[in-house]
Amino acid sequence: MTKSKKRKTMGSIQRRLIPSYIFLIIWCLFSVFPLYWMVTAATNTTVEVARGKVWFGLHAAENLKNLMAAQPLWRAMGNSFLYAIFQTIFCLFVCSLAGFGFELYADKAKDRLFAFLLLAMMIPGVATMIPLFVLISRLKLLNSVWGFILPQVATPFMIMMFRQNSRNFPPAILEAARLDGQTEIGIFFRQYLPIMRSTYAAAAVVTFMNAWNAYLWPKVVMLDNRAENMPMLIANLSNGYKVDYGMLMMGVLFCSLPTMIVFFVLQKQFAEGITGSVK
Amino acid sequence: MRHSSLKAKQDRAGWLFLLPATIMILIMSFWPMLQALITSFKKGPSTRMVWADPWYNNYARILKDKIFQTAMGNTFFYLIIQVPIMLVLAMLLAQILNNRQLKCRGLFRTMVFLPCATSLVSYALIFKSLFATQGLVNKVLMNLHIINENINWLGKAGTAKFVIILALIWRWTGYNMVFFLAGLQTIDYQVYEAAKIDGASSWKTFWSITVPLLRPVIVMTTIMSINGTLQLFDESVNLTNGGPANSTITMSHYIYNMSFGQGVGKFGYASAMSFVVLILVAILAAISMKAGDKRD
Repeated sequence: MTKSKKRKTMGSIQRRLIPSYIFLIIWCLFSVFPLYWMVTAATNTTVEVARGKVWFGLHAAENLKNLMAAQPLWRAMGNSFLYAIFQTIFCLFVCSLAGFGFELYADKAKDRLFAFLLLAMMIPGVATMIPLFVLISRLKLLNSVWGFILPQVATPFMIMMFRQNSRNFPPAILEAARLDGQTEIGIFFRQYLPIMRSTYAAAAVVTFMNAWNAYLWPKVVMLDNRAENMPMLIANLSNGYKVDYGMLMMGVLFCSLPTMIVFFVLQKQFAEGITGSVK
Repeated sequence: MRHSSLKAKQDRAGWLFLLPATIMILIMSFWPMLQALITSFKKGPSTRMVWADPWYNNYARILKDKIFQTAMGNTFFYLIIQVPIMLVLAMLLAQILNNRQLKCRGLFRTMVFLPCATSLVSYALIFKSLFATQGLVNKVLMNLHIINENINWLGKAGTAKFVIILALIWRWTGYNMVFFLAGLQTIDYQVYEAAKIDGASSWKTFWSITVPLLRPVIVMTTIMSINGTLQLFDESVNLTNGGPANSTITMSHYIYNMSFGQGVGKFGYASAMSFVVLILVAILAAISMKAGDKRD
């Protein structure tokens, strides 16, 4: 094939893809625009936003000042980070331990237990919300980080993800470490954990995002304003009779910033994390 | 002898590893589910609940509750309209993005996926602001002379539902696309090359190769979407607050209002409704799994 002919077929392939490009570009505009608008609105006054301005303005500092005056922004940010980090650490530990156990110590009884635990995936959150609220309040854990994380420490999804990915863990390492005289839990910490770090990264991203974005459950157990997280705070912002759109979008921006950063830095892990065990 | 005791030790360690997760799921999922079932047969204030009389009273009440019926209707409306549109779009986008000849694939994929990085409350508030009476959407439509006066999008049942569906499609299409893309990547690319050589159109390739091979992913995303739609809460609360006059309220939102709304605390009745949701999830998941099997 001559060079010019090759270029010609390349050109015709790209020409045939024109409808795909058009569709993609329209879709991408649709998917990016609301977020772009949110960022610009956070830098404009509410009057400018209402006038339909869609370019960056000079009022970001003013909006931030108003937001901090209206709501305890840093406290809610701190709470959100606290809840999300604790949930990530505990969930990853408990679920990876179970995934390790289910895959590398597999037998019939454990498989049956695994199938049973997976059924919990089908139980909707609203169906357990009331008894869990009663339980958490009896344990005197309302308004606490433990009340936030306990229902989410073990999730069937994460256990399944760790189990599936544990198939890549070479059993030879397990045997070698045993011959070395290492304890079983020692093997988990010293061999399994470092080898499985990419699975941990994917699981961490998803767990962190879910915990950061949680709204219904914190709304149930965080009765004290001092314990509210970011989604609760921004939801309060829009409840007033007159909404300051610049300030509201500044709040939304703050609520989205950590997850956006995680998304851009760890997009591959995030995609792996949500698809989890589909492989 | 020594060998078998070592084996027993290992076996015990295996069970110990499962213990924390098993206990947590039992206490935090299965036990509350049973509690919810028991509570659903009770009545009275949350601190002193007594058996309802007759025992099925809360369930009988559901049948007469107009708001619950509206909420259920809304949820199914969102389910029937939004889920198919979203899944077809997600599959289409995945198919396009899986084409190796496409330029800037990574950039396109990031942009399609981007809405997943926003929290549910955040995007609900963004859409609420965009579709406010004085919002940007009305401004643009006015300037294009498509409308003569501002539409109160969230103030009317029909348009409010439209905004919710649009917002849901915006937030979740990219999410589902990722599943389809992962599924497509397991399909050998040579299958497509062969189809192309055989002269199959891309439309035909899509329907007779991609869709059948993606069936497990389709079943899974369908079940996830059904599960998610039946539990819609953040959007209903923050976009429309269920209004106008409960016309866009979802089941989860109504259950929340009944149990934790101001001065209500009807745990018995709310539990009965939540059990109806649980049963609906189970039935619909079973149906989608059956439907996924049938085409074999």
